[in-house]
Amino acid sequence: MIEVNRDGEVWIFAEQEAGRLSDVPLELMSKGRSLADKLGVSLAAVLAGGRVRDLSEKLVRHGADKVYVVEHERLEPYQTNSYTRVLCDLIAERKPQIVLYGATPLGRDLAPRVASAMKAGLTADCTDLQIGDHTPPGSDQVHKNLMLQIRPAFGGNIIATIVNYDRWPQMATVREGVMPLTEPDPSRRGEIIECRADLNGLALPLEILQSQRRQKKVNLKAARIIVAGGAGVGSRENFRLIWELANCLGAAVGGSRAAVDLGYVDHDHQVGQTGTTVRPALYIACGVSGAVQHRAGMSESAKILAINTDPTAAIFSVAHYGVVGDLKEVIPRMIKAVRSGAGAKA
Amino acid sequence: MGYDCIVCAKQVPDTKRITGEAMKEDGTVNRAALPAIFNPEDRNALEAALGVRDAHGGTVTLISMGPPSAAEVLREGLFRGVDRAILLTDRRAAVSDTHATSYILSCAIRRLPHDIVFCGRQAIDGDTAQVGPQLAEKLGITQITYLEEPAVLEGRTIRARRNVGSGFELVQADLPVLVTVMESANTPRPPAARRMMKYKKARTAGEVARELGQETGEAAAAAEVERRCQVLAEKGLLIETWDLGTIEADLAWCGRLGSPTKVHRVQWVKLAGGEYREFPATDEGVRELVTELIEEHTFG
Ligand SMILES: Cc1cc2nc3c(=O)[nH]c(=O)nc-3n(C[C@H](O)[C@H](O)[C@H](O)COP(=O)(O)OP(=O)(O)OC[C@H]3O[C@@H](n4cnc5c(N)ncnc54)[C@H](O)[C@@H]3O)c2cc1C
Repeated sequence: MIEVNRDGEVWIFAEQEAGRLSDVPLELMSKGRSLADKLGVSLAAVLAGGRVRDLSEKLVRHGADKVYVVEHERLEPYQTNSYTRVLCDLIAERKPQIVLYGATPLGRDLAPRVASAMKAGLTADCTDLQIGDHTPPGSDQVHKNLMLQIRPAFGGNIIATIVNYDRWPQMATVREGVMPLTEPDPSRRGEIIECRADLNGLALPLEILQSQRRQKKVNLKAARIIVAGGAGVGSRENFRLIWELANCLGAAVGGSRAAVDLGYVDHDHQVGQTGTTVRPALYIACGVSGAVQHRAGMSESAKILAINTDPTAAIFSVAHYGVVGDLKEVIPRMIKAVRSGAGAKA
Repeated sequence: MGYDCIVCAKQVPDTKRITGEAMKEDGTVNRAALPAIFNPEDRNALEAALGVRDAHGGTVTLISMGPPSAAEVLREGLFRGVDRAILLTDRRAAVSDTHATSYILSCAIRRLPHDIVFCGRQAIDGDTAQVGPQLAEKLGITQITYLEEPAVLEGRTIRARRNVGSGFELVQADLPVLVTVMESANTPRPPAARRMMKYKKARTAGEVARELGQETGEAAAAAEVERRCQVLAEKGLLIETWDLGTIEADLAWCGRLGSPTKVHRVQWVKLAGGEYREFPATDEGVRELVTELIEEHTFG
């Protein structure tokens, strides 16, 4: 734990694997930028790994004022213990007020270990972060300009706002895909600060015998339009309709967990709490009931069109457009209308 | 040789069955109106431990931290095969965040032989996945998160396959370790009928006192509670109860005081509902919808 430090910077842990930056730290930059600006402090990225220096520029272009680069052969590949040591040493030395991590498998392995070692607070899986004041119940002491850590809980049935006013830094993991990725600004300049890691003598208890990564087959996060199918599609055969509509709109294909479990579509396409979080310009949900876990991954879409036989389905509660009907009839009609340019005014 | 395994399990509200009554007017959760269940991935943690004992011998101890009602989780563990069940309960542990919870669990586990500590990856009420790693840190042992296949043990080493999202990692480490277990790691065995017959009579001291009070209509006499507990213990039917005193926890690190994170506000998610524009499912209706989407440049 470090003492409350109002001048402390806002930090983002720049997750990378094998020299490739993940999307999350870049997504976090715009939010980190606005938190840092509100607090009047710098935004810094912490970039650790074997040879990672070259990634600093990208972090700067996305909004970092500073990049702390920590290179060491023992930081590649990732291990909980070595990264925990690096983060804890840096935090103790430079006393940031906020540290953010992506809520990725790696981030959720690392951040709790760091928080425990620092005896600091950590909020998991935030979907939004703001700056605000907090007065503890039964007290009249106002803690000003804290990070409000906003997250769903209870399977998405409640939204909790968490604060940490005394055992700093204030730390949170942030769900992938919920913060919009903004355009890099090539004219931005930042400071690259090389930091030493003291890892000699640190035991690395894991021996990594084998490691296999594969690229996802689809990039749902980048899609402008997503056509998603659920259990209501009825069969793998029928799921072709979803692909056809997507093809004719230049859209990506998504699926509910039920559709994935039924084998209609691969898990890479799953949208929701345990899949990908998306925010396209248009999300077309076909035969998806709209369970909280599904909505958690798509309710931020700019426009939502729901096609469902059940007018009481929860998906309609987040929809902007709705068609109550059988998707096996509605989708072919849509395809026809799109092909003919519909009103032909566009 | 056998391994001493500890399993941490949480009793959670069944978040899939949340209805209107589950939330109070003030937006807080009415836990009483929710069915309480054995956290799903903790069942996988339990199965992982039982699997280790099946293959190598040793012991499985189940710990549940929570209110007295968490005894239910411990009974379920006994039905499925644990050797020892411990309820960790104390009013002073209420509203612990993951930091305080992992501290309290670490104090309890330090008092028990432990080669492998198994936790579910995450609980369905909080979904934080933080207690496992924080507990490993406090015990000063290696953490292996996201186990997706039964682990292999050989002497003092464990080999485990971790699901790292975009793929997997096969890792090896020396014991002791803490492993967090995913749903995909195994299929939990059903409760054994014979064990159910026996252990449905298992009780905590608190339950004994309550039942005695109900029988006699007055507060239970301590001596009689103790006598009954003694009888249960002799039959192996007493679920042990530990409090913060038993585990010599430092109160500064427990409960609200020991929790760096505090709740600022809680809002019940109300669905707005019914504010979408409906188009008929006819040729005409669908064409109108598509026209509109083209006009506002969503399509094309
Ligand atoms: C911890 C946890 C995590 C989860 N994570 C996710 C996740 O990431 N993503 C996810 O999607 N789910 C997730 N789920 C599962 C989620 O709770 C739901 O079970 C799932 O989303 C349901 O999928 P569905 O809407 O396709 O199926 P259903 O709920 O079965 O809905 C099918 C819908 O299709 C409609 N329908 C049927 N026939 C037709 C037809 N001919 N034309 C039009 N409509 C039709 C029905 O009216 C119904 O509304 C998770 C659950 C848990 C417990």
